Amino acid sequence: MSVLLIAEHNNKEVKPFTLNAVTAASQMDQDLHVLVIGNKADEVAKSLSKVSNIKKVIHIDNEIYENYLAENFTPLIVKQSANYSHIVCSANTFGKNLMPRVSALLNTSQVSDIIKVISPDTFLRPIYAGNAFATVKSMDQKKCITIRPTSFDPAPSSGGSAEIVKEEPGESSPLLKFIKKEEVKSDRPELGTARVVISGGRGMQKAENFKLITAIADKLNAAVGASRAAVDAGYITNDHQVGQTGKVVVPDLYIAVGISGAIQHLAGMKESKVIVAINKDGEAPIFSVADYGLEADLFDALPQFLEELNKLNTIQK
Amino acid sequence: MKILVAVKRVIDYNVQVRVKEDNSGVVTENIKMSTNPPDDNAVEEAVKIKESGKVKEVIAVTVGEEKAQETVRKALAVGVDRGIHVKSEGILEPLAVSKILQKIVEKEKPDLVFMGKQAIDDDCNQTGQMLAALLNWPQATFASKIVVKDKSLEVTREIDEGLETIEVNIPSVITCDLRLNEPRYASLPNIMKAKKKPLEQINVADLGVDTKPRIEQIKVEEPPKRKSGIKVANVAELVQKLKNEAKVI
Amino acid sequence: MSKEVMEYDAVIVGGGPSGLATAIKLKQLDSNLNICLLEKGSEIGAHILSGNVFETKALDELIPNWKELNSPVKTKVTKEKFLFLGRHKSLSWPTWLLPSVQKNHKNYIISLANLCRWLAEQAEKLGVEIFPGFPASEIIYNQDGSVKGIATQDMGVDKDGNKKDSYQPGMELYAKVTVFAEGCRGHLGKQLIKKFNLDEGKNPQQYGIGFKEIWEISEKNHQEGLVMHTAGWPLDNNTYGGSFVYHAENKQIFLGYVIGLDYKNPHLSPFDEFQRFKTHPAIKKIIEGGKRISYGARALIEGGIQSLPKMFMPGALLVGCNAGTLNMPKIKGSHTAMKSGIIAAETINEHIKENKDLSIYEEKFKRSWAYKELYAARNIKPSFGWGLIPGIIFTGIDQILFRGKLPFTLKHKHADHETLKSANKMPKIDYPKYDNIITFDKTSSVYLTGTNHAENQPVHLKLTNPNLPIDYTLDKFDEPAQRYCPVGVYEIQRENNKAKFVINSQNCIHCKTCDIKEPSQNINWVTPEGGGGPKYGNM
Repeated sequence: MSVLLIAEHNNKEVKPFTLNAVTAASQMDQDLHVLVIGNKADEVAKSLSKVSNIKKVIHIDNEIYENYLAENFTPLIVKQSANYSHIVCSANTFGKNLMPRVSALLNTSQVSDIIKVISPDTFLRPIYAGNAFATVKSMDQKKCITIRPTSFDPAPSSGGSAEIVKEEPGESSPLLKFIKKEEVKSDRPELGTARVVISGGRGMQKAENFKLITAIADKLNAAVGASRAAVDAGYITNDHQVGQTGKVVVPDLYIAVGISGAIQHLAGMKESKVIVAINKDGEAPIFSVADYGLEADLFDALPQFLEELNKLNTIQK
Repeated sequence: MKILVAVKRVIDYNVQVRVKEDNSGVVTENIKMSTNPPDDNAVEEAVKIKESGKVKEVIAVTVGEEKAQETVRKALAVGVDRGIHVKSEGILEPLAVSKILQKIVEKEKPDLVFMGKQAIDDDCNQTGQMLAALLNWPQATFASKIVVKDKSLEVTREIDEGLETIEVNIPSVITCDLRLNEPRYASLPNIMKAKKKPLEQINVADLGVDTKPRIEQIKVEEPPKRKSGIKVANVAELVQKLKNEAKVI
Repeated sequence: MSKEVMEYDAVIVGGGPSGLATAIKLKQLDSNLNICLLEKGSEIGAHILSGNVFETKALDELIPNWKELNSPVKTKVTKEKFLFLGRHKSLSWPTWLLPSVQKNHKNYIISLANLCRWLAEQAEKLGVEIFPGFPASEIIYNQDGSVKGIATQDMGVDKDGNKKDSYQPGMELYAKVTVFAEGCRGHLGKQLIKKFNLDEGKNPQQYGIGFKEIWEISEKNHQEGLVMHTAGWPLDNNTYGGSFVYHAENKQIFLGYVIGLDYKNPHLSPFDEFQRFKTHPAIKKIIEGGKRISYGARALIEGGIQSLPKMFMPGALLVGCNAGTLNMPKIKGSHTAMKSGIIAAETINEHIKENKDLSIYEEKFKRSWAYKELYAARNIKPSFGWGLIPGIIFTGIDQILFRGKLPFTLKHKHADHETLKSANKMPKIDYPKYDNIITFDKTSSVYLTGTNHAENQPVHLKLTNPNLPIDYTLDKFDEPAQRYCPVGVYEIQRENNKAKFVINSQNCIHCKTCDIKEPSQNINWVTPEGGGGPKYGNM
C-alpha cells in the first residue's frame, strides 16, 4: 500500500516542514503520494512534483480551499484514503487541527507527533512533554500519523519528476466561515519555530547587555530566548523564557550564553539538534549537554562571535 | 443554551514524571494528580459565558477511574452546575474518549462542547477534533478568544503563523488554549457547595462504545541522555565547527 | 471589605499527623461536631516529609483496627544497625548497647505523607471537612484577646499587591477552639507563642534541618525492613547530627540526614554535608547503581520538654510540632504528635460540652505516655553540646544505667540563630563537586520536589530590613542563607562589584530553616498562595 502526505503550503509555496514530513513518510513506504489542496496552488503542486521521494502529486484546487478549514479538507482526504495505508502530515497547528478529524471518520486511532519511524506500523513518540518516549504500534489497517518535523531532515527539493493528477473539489462546509488571519510580523522568528535560538541567562548581568545577544540573533536570523533567572532578574520579558515553565524549543542550533543550565532550563532545550554553551564557569551543568562548549567571558566572546560571523561569506537562514 | 466541558485527570504539571523500571509506562502511584491545565481554561470560559447570561447550564464530564471525579468536583466548585463521571479503567485512546463523549452529547444535547486543546500526559491533541468529526459539527481548536453571537461563535485561534479568526455555527466543539483566560480559584464555600451538586456516574460498558485499544504501547523509556560534546578553545574555532562540522550556520 | 465568615466547632490548621489525629478523634467523640481542617499544600501529604520509622502506639489508640483498613503501615522493622563513620571506615555499634529509645523492633518503616493521606480519608469518612490548598494566613482575635479563628489567604494578588482578574478574597473561619497543627515553626504558632508568652520560663527552642532522598536501589543491596542510623563523619565533633537509611518496600530506601541548626560555622552547608555523606564507602555501596527519585527537606524540633511552650491559650491549642512534641533521641515525632492531637480533641470535646478550661489539655498531656517519654529523653540532646563523644558517654549513662531518671535537667543555652560565629573566624569548608550520580546540586534537587508557586504573587519570604543581608550579614557571616537554604532560594549576585541579595521564592519548599537560622531573625516566612510549595509523593 501507499502513503498519502497532506501538504502544507500558502498556495504559493510549500511550507518547509512539508519536506521534513516527506522524509518521514517515505520511511513508512516508498510509494509516497502528496495531496495538495488549495486555491490556485499550481506552483505548489509543481514544486512538490520535483521532490525526489514523491511518486505522485494529487492536486485539488478551488477557491473554497484558500484557507485551511479542516471541515472542507476532511471529506477530500477521506475520499482519497481508500487507496492508502498511511495518511500523514506535519504535527504543527495545521496537521494537529486536521488529522484527528480524518482519523475519526476513518475509525482509526491516530498516532500523533512521531519522532521516529521504527517500522511501517511502529513509531517513537514523546509523551509528557518529552519527559518520556513511547514506542507504539498501530494495529489499525489504515494509519493516521502526524510527524514532528524537526525530528526529520528535509527531503531534497529537486531530483524528482512525479506526475500531477488533478481531482475534483468537494463542497464548502456551511458550518463555519473563515474571517481573517493575522500573521505575526516580527523582524525575528518565533521562539517556538525558529531554526536558531540564542538565549541569555543570569550571566548577562543586566538588560542592556542583551543587545549583544540580539546583534547575533539578527545576524543568524535567530529567535532570542532567556533562562528563568534572566527573566526573574528583569533583564527580558517572560515570553522569551525557555524551559519547563516557559517554552520548549527544538531548533537546529541552540546557543546558551551565560546560562548555568538548571535542569528546568535543560528540559526546555535539550532536544535541540546542536547545542552551544558559552560560560565562564567550566563546571556549569550546561556543558554536560553542549555539543560545543566555550569556556570564556561572554563579554569578550559575544563581540568576537559577531565579528567571526561577519567574516563568513554565507550564513544559512 | 447548554455547554458540556470535558476535563481530564493527569499527573500534575509540576511533578517530574518517572518511567517505570519495567518500561510499561510512567509511575502514577503516590503522585499528585490535577486537572489537565487547558481544561481549567475550558471550564473558566464556559462559566464566564454562563455568567454573561448567554448560557443556562454548564455540565462537566470526565472519563476515567474513580478518582477522576475530583476533576469534575473542582469544576463544580468554580461554577459548573452538574457533573458526569464515566467510569472506566485502563488506558483509553482519544478515539474511544471521543466516542464516549459523542454518547454523552446525544444524551445531554449541549449546544457547545469545550475542552482543553491537548492533554499534558499523552500529548495526543485529538479528542476535540475527533468528537467534532463524529458529530459532524464544526471545530475551533487552540482558541484564545471566544465571542458568543446569536447562532455562532467567533473564535480566535493560536496558529503557527499567528492568529486566525473563524466563525463556527452552533453547535460546535471548541478546544481551549492556555491564553484564553486566567482560571479562577475556588472559594471555600463554593467547594462545599460543590460537594452537594449532582454528579452522575455512568459505567462505560453501559454506553455501548467500543473502547478496545488500537495502539499497542510496546514500551516507555526515558529520553536518551545527551552526551556532552567537546570544548573549543576560542570563538574562531567555534564558528569554524558550526560552519563546517555541524553545518548549522 | 469584610471577609465572608464561616463558623465551626473546631478549625484545625494543618493536615499533618497531629491535626488529622485531632480531627478524627473529635468526630469519634461526637459525630455532630463541625470540624474543618485547612492544609496549605495542594493536597494532604504534599508538604509532609519525615523519615519515618513509625511507632504505632498513638495510631493503635486512635484507630485500633488500622491493620484491617488497608493503611500504608506495612513494612515491619526486621533488623537494625548503628554505624559510627570515620572518613573512610565505619564501626558498627552493637544494638544491645543502644539505649532503648533507639531500638525499633515492633516499629514500621512508613511514608508519613502516605499515612497522612490515609488518615485524611478516614477523617473525611467521619465527616471532617478538609480543604487542601488553603493556607491560614492570619489569626483573628476576639475583643477580649482570645483566639476567634483564622483567615485564609487572599488568592490572585500580584507581586505588587494588586488584585488580579482571578482575585479571590480569603475567608474568616471562626471556631469554639482553633487548633494550630502547622508543624515545626508554624508561622501562626510563632505569633501565638510570642503574643501569649507561651515560652516564658522555657529554654530557647532547638531545631534541626532534616534532608530526605528516596532512592530506588538494586535488589542485591536492598533488605526490606532494615533500619540503619549513623553518626560521625562528615560532621565534626561539635556539630549535632546523623543519618538514617531505611529500607522500605518496592526496592526503595529512605535516605536522610539531620543536622542541628545550632551549628556555629557560617560556612557550613547542611545540604553539602548531606551530599558528601553519601560518598562514604558504607553508604555509597548501598546506593551505587540506584536512582534518586525524590528529594526534600524540612526543619524539625529538637528542644524536647525544656523548650516545650505552654500548649494552650484562650480559644486555641498548639498540637504536635507546632508546640514541639518530637522525641529527638528517638528521632520520632509522629506518635507523640498524634497523641497530643488525641488529647487536644478530648479537651475540646470537654470544653464544648462541660465548659472545661482549655488548660486541662496540658494537664492531660503531662499525664500521658507521650510526656513521660519526652521527659526521659530530655538530657540527651543538650549533652551533645559537649561534643559527640562526651554526649555518647553521657547518653549511655543517662539512658542505659538510669533510664532517663537522673535527678537533673540539662539546659539548652542558645537559640539557633545566636550560635553562628563570624565568618572570618571560622574555617571555610571545601565541599566536593557533585558527580550527578550519587551527589547532586541544589537545582536538580529542587526539580524533584515538584515545587512551584504561581508566578506574579507577593514574595512570601519577607525581610524585616531589606538592606541587612548586604549591609551586615554578608560581611559578618558571608550570608549563610546561601548555604542553609536546602533549595537555593537565597543567592548573592554580584553586578559590577555590587552585591545584591536575591530571593528565588518560587523554589521554596516551606522547610522554615531561614525563619529559624537567620542570625538577626530578619527573614519572616509567611504563607504564599494556596497550593504552592512542594508536591511530595511518598516522603
